Amino acid sequence: MEKQNNISASERSTKEELIECPRCHAMIDADIIRDNFKVCPECNHYYTLSPKSRLRMLADRKSFKELDKGLRAVNLLDFPDYEDKLAKARAKSGLDDAIMTGIIKIDGIKVAIGVMDTRFLMASMGTVVGEKITRLAEYAQKHNLPLIMVCASGGARMQEGLFSLMQMSKTSAAIKRFKDAGGLYISLLTNPTTGGVSASFAFLGDIILAEPEALICFAGPRVIEQTIGKKLPDGFQKAEFLLEHGMVDMIVRRDELKSTISRILKMHK
Amino acid sequence: MSNDKRVTPYDRVKLARDKDRPGIEDYIEALFDGFMEFHGDRLFRDDPSIVAGIGYFHKIPVTVIGHRKGKTLEEHMAYNFGMASPEGYRKSLRLMKQAEKFNRPIITIIDTPGAYPGMEAEANGQAAAIAENLAEMSALKVPVIAIVTGEGNSGGALAIGVANKVLMLENSIYCILSPEGFASILWKDSNRAPEACEVMRITAHELQELGLVDEVIPEGSRLFKNMDNVIYKELKKLMKMSPDKLAKDRYNKFRVMGEVFEPKKNREE
Ligand SMILES: [Zn+2]
Repeated sequence: MEKQNNISASERSTKEELIECPRCHAMIDADIIRDNFKVCPECNHYYTLSPKSRLRMLADRKSFKELDKGLRAVNLLDFPDYEDKLAKARAKSGLDDAIMTGIIKIDGIKVAIGVMDTRFLMASMGTVVGEKITRLAEYAQKHNLPLIMVCASGGARMQEGLFSLMQMSKTSAAIKRFKDAGGLYISLLTNPTTGGVSASFAFLGDIILAEPEALICFAGPRVIEQTIGKKLPDGFQKAEFLLEHGMVDMIVRRDELKSTISRILKMHK
Repeated sequence: MSNDKRVTPYDRVKLARDKDRPGIEDYIEALFDGFMEFHGDRLFRDDPSIVAGIGYFHKIPVTVIGHRKGKTLEEHMAYNFGMASPEGYRKSLRLMKQAEKFNRPIITIIDTPGAYPGMEAEANGQAAAIAENLAEMSALKVPVIAIVTGEGNSGGALAIGVANKVLMLENSIYCILSPEGFASILWKDSNRAPEACEVMRITAHELQELGLVDEVIPEGSRLFKNMDNVIYKELKKLMKMSPDKLAKDRYNKFRVMGEVFEPKKNREE
């Protein structure tokens, strides 16, 4: 099988760069972390992945073609400072919004894929995220492709108000159409998948995968603690908890992600 | 609209939450004949935060589903202040599918501070339950009319709100989350809720202008009569549509919510 972490030598830094793990605080060489699928070799902390790193791990080399590039949010509510906030988020991240969609090949099988990006306003779901996912589902249906969503989100895009809420029904409806037409939809829940994203397309997968220890919930831990007036037990709303409660099909380690998805795809050809 | 000038959005929030405001029991009593409440999700339990059953509307058998807040403190506690759990959403879906089977129109009454952010609700799949409702409602082949009567907060409201016609009472609100929650997330200060209301666009008239709500129902002493008239008018129109047309109409309604900026070159591709 093809080596999954196909990082070319040119991408490696020439100088040793040490990164401090946010969990165990070990100082580890950036190249080692990269070769370990961006998982801390000391404590198994899962680093947040950019869509590009995620796609590099999943896609066959040079197979990615981006769809619906350049879609941008319109300030539909004339919300104060929203344009400014978007401009800053764009400048900082180099992204148009919190999702990248396109076509890739996984071990030669063509799939439609969307990857959310928490670096852009915590991957909150606004109209651009909703529209791109809906278009992706429509594209996948039209071209008879399996659909994969790599989910992550801090919740709703506050500045888009009810338009943000309506993206939940819009994406859910498009996914249902795709599934009813016979399409295979694999949803991968990564840290954190919360709020309106979890309560829409994230939990509609024919097959739902989760990354180890990912926080997956509708209401966030802080909101629940405020409501019930006590601390939540360790591990509550983590991927392992959801598996135990029957909410996800499998927890998949990053080093086995591509081969696992590939096996699923092959069984649905 | 002249009324709007004198009543601030935050006044509407207070009106929408007023303890003397009619509850679902009153709407059912005033609008439907021979209502029978049905119970349970057939999976785990009956969630009393949601009322669901069948009755006649102008001699037409209909399915009625709505949030129940209760009137007294004991009732508030028993009904969890109208904050539904996954079992409530699953009961709703069960009765919506039943309505579809027997070709009954569905009328939903929305009045909730939000889906319940509790431990059991999370463990039992709040996100998955809401997602399922959004997907399934989008494709129902019977008329669906939703009326926001009080608070329509977050995914907990939308979970019974994917309708062909979305109506709002004059003093109801419909929002991504409570103004307090909004202020707390955006400005770290829930006391700034009145200010949040000014920018959130949550009142019936504002949402009608934004194209997210179809009609605003005037209140006052003729409230029930006004509701009856509008529901009857809309239902008559919807009942003339074929089952497929109804589903398509609903899909298209939500599909176009949320305009985005698109670069010119995309459209030429
Ligand atoms: Zn570590």
